Amino acid sequence: MSGQNLPPLSLHVPEPRSRPGEAADFSDFAIPVAGAVPRPESHARPADIRDLCYDMIRVLDDQGRARGPWNPRLASETLLRMLRSMALTRAFDDRIYRAQRQGKTSFYVKCTGEEATSVAAAHALDYDDMIFPGYRQQGLLIARDWPLVDMINQIFSNRADRLKGRQMPIMYSARGANFFSISGNLATQYPQAVGWAMASAARGDSRIASVWCGEGSTAEGDFHSAMTFATVYRAPVILNIVNNQWAISSFSGFAGAEATTFAARAIGYGMAGLRVDGNDALAVYAATAWAADRARSNQGPTLIEHFTYRAESHSTSDDPGKYRAAEERVKWPLGDPIVRLKQHVIALGIWDEERHALMDAELAEQVQQAQREAEKNGILADGLKQNFDSMFEDVFEEMPWHLKEQAAQMLAERRAAGI
Amino acid sequence: MAGVSEAAPVEAGPTRTMNMIQAINSAIDVAMDRDGSTVVLGEDVGYFGGVFKATEGLQAKFGKTRVFDTPISENGIIGVAVGMATYGLRPVAEIQFADYIYPAFDQLVSEAARLRYRSAGEYTAPITVRSPFGGGIFGGQTHSQSPEGIFTHVAGLKTVIPSNPYDAKGLLIAAIEDNDPVIFFEPKRIYNGPFDGHYDRPAAPWSKFADSAVPEGYYRVPLGKAKIVREGNDVTIVAYGTMVHVASGAVAESGIDAELIDLRTLVPLDIEMIAASVKKTGRCVVVHEATRTGGFGAELSALVQEHCFHSLEAPIQRVTGWDTPYPHSLEWAYFPGPVRLRLALERVMQD
Repeated sequence: MSGQNLPPLSLHVPEPRSRPGEAADFSDFAIPVAGAVPRPESHARPADIRDLCYDMIRVLDDQGRARGPWNPRLASETLLRMLRSMALTRAFDDRIYRAQRQGKTSFYVKCTGEEATSVAAAHALDYDDMIFPGYRQQGLLIARDWPLVDMINQIFSNRADRLKGRQMPIMYSARGANFFSISGNLATQYPQAVGWAMASAARGDSRIASVWCGEGSTAEGDFHSAMTFATVYRAPVILNIVNNQWAISSFSGFAGAEATTFAARAIGYGMAGLRVDGNDALAVYAATAWAADRARSNQGPTLIEHFTYRAESHSTSDDPGKYRAAEERVKWPLGDPIVRLKQHVIALGIWDEERHALMDAELAEQVQQAQREAEKNGILADGLKQNFDSMFEDVFEEMPWHLKEQAAQMLAERRAAGI
Repeated sequence: MAGVSEAAPVEAGPTRTMNMIQAINSAIDVAMDRDGSTVVLGEDVGYFGGVFKATEGLQAKFGKTRVFDTPISENGIIGVAVGMATYGLRPVAEIQFADYIYPAFDQLVSEAARLRYRSAGEYTAPITVRSPFGGGIFGGQTHSQSPEGIFTHVAGLKTVIPSNPYDAKGLLIAAIEDNDPVIFFEPKRIYNGPFDGHYDRPAAPWSKFADSAVPEGYYRVPLGKAKIVREGNDVTIVAYGTMVHVASGAVAESGIDAELIDLRTLVPLDIEMIAASVKKTGRCVVVHEATRTGGFGAELSALVQEHCFHSLEAPIQRVTGWDTPYPHSLEWAYFPGPVRLRLALERVMQD
């Protein structure tokens, strides 16, 4: 201790607004008015639109009406396709979550409440734009009509799993959908997406990249490396932060949310940033389309913060009742993205509750059917059903001697084990 | 890429005297000419041509979208390289000093090395990461390290270390053309000339040595193939990089009839050549400049023991750097030089 007569320092350790057993309190959250945020031209200079990093782009109001300049004015069929993709994502999550609980696989991650942040974004991109997902973007694959059976095969690590049972459940790879292999190490996909976009630009291509991470992983060095490279080379990339406010048990304050918004990370890099109501599919669509226009016209990258709420656990391996107030989910002021889009299409007169209930039943059946199909190929609990040799394949393009030797040792061990 | 012959004479063209830097520059030049998807990125590699001049002239020749400077972010350089490879390019990334590679470690270990495996071949990372490494230049603890052992430990990475201009060019072309990620460590102490460890004697340039005769065109030195630098019957010395020359000098001074093997590639390792040699000599010394504990020498020692136990007449000796950071002023007490080699040779010949 110094001998000087100075007040003692104190360390600030962030604390969320409520913990288990306490009342959830969102009273300090002023709900932004739908339609109030101006929409600049997509070639606007980042320095002129910094307010967009602190405001919140919202299109749908409380009555489900589309408001203001960010209304993407989508065709009815697009709206209904997005609604269906979001509902299918939720049906898929519910079903596979139960399958995990029934012991059919080791792990699952739902995206309940966040469906718009992937589904609406995917609809605003071209199919051949390259997407670099995090682990909670199953909505991207579903929006790109990827076969559910293939996804479940991966989740069950069964005989038909194209990834040969190598990856934890939900770490999909789907080149056919221009969907990058999911890592599991956080934010590593960020500089990779920037590199892909740089390559596309260097080659005079017209395709752009889009990447997702959670607000928690914006603290990773990869996030900041990616931001630097993206801005330096004006890479045609959309950088999405899904701010669902919780990183397992750590609230967004541990990623810096007490000090500023995540969209405002863009300002220091001189990048365009948008803060969007992530539970408003139209706002997500509009923001993505705006950012895509910028990217395609060599205006460079855009950082989009999707403000949302992780309605359920981080994964099947944690219980949110142990670290956050139970009623947060119901008190959360920005609602549910599916309910809100449904309300909108009903208000437009192109949808009704009856059709919605029918669709939900049909989607549940579709997922159930897909699970049955996938189960014909086995489940994780069946044990060591993958071809043993496959363990040593794809480490390198050609198998070197030491892996051949180890493969032989492993097979001898299997024989000794009587398998 | 096994089974490729060492040189394709027609394409290799006339030879010219080159040092290692010139050979590396020529390798990249040739690779970029042959494959329009090859790009070079790294700190200072563009207009300036790199702090060691390995990429000199390449930006002027191939343009800024194929040879470009990067932010000082090794993590970003490798992350971006993986993304470019995903697009279909073939990036050759320079990490200015191997000591700076650690911020890129996760992208190399968890991403580049595993992409083929985790996606079952849907995505690959055919990137080459060049990086000057090793000491003997008064670089202190942040410009002298030899971190090859932490990369050889990683499944999915190849690790290559040349010891002379001819090999440097042929191995680098092979590395760039390889469809797996390759860590290519360049022993910077021997960029300009071989170094036998006698720091107090005048340095000789590469032009005085046969390995500086480098074809101007295309040829490959295949990955995974070691080379016998000196044939001998009494003891096998396994080395790579700068240590090939230190060992060569020590052998000449000792009068011991040692067989000296230059590994050239650490992973995949040419175990056949090592095993055949040790079975012949019955003795083995493994040499590297890196710290000892958990180093690649430990792997070599274990492999020799596994493959040649019944031929061994003496304990395998390890000649390495000490398990300390690389000290600036005490560099020559740290560096595994002629004396450390001589003492190890004496020990291994005792029994």
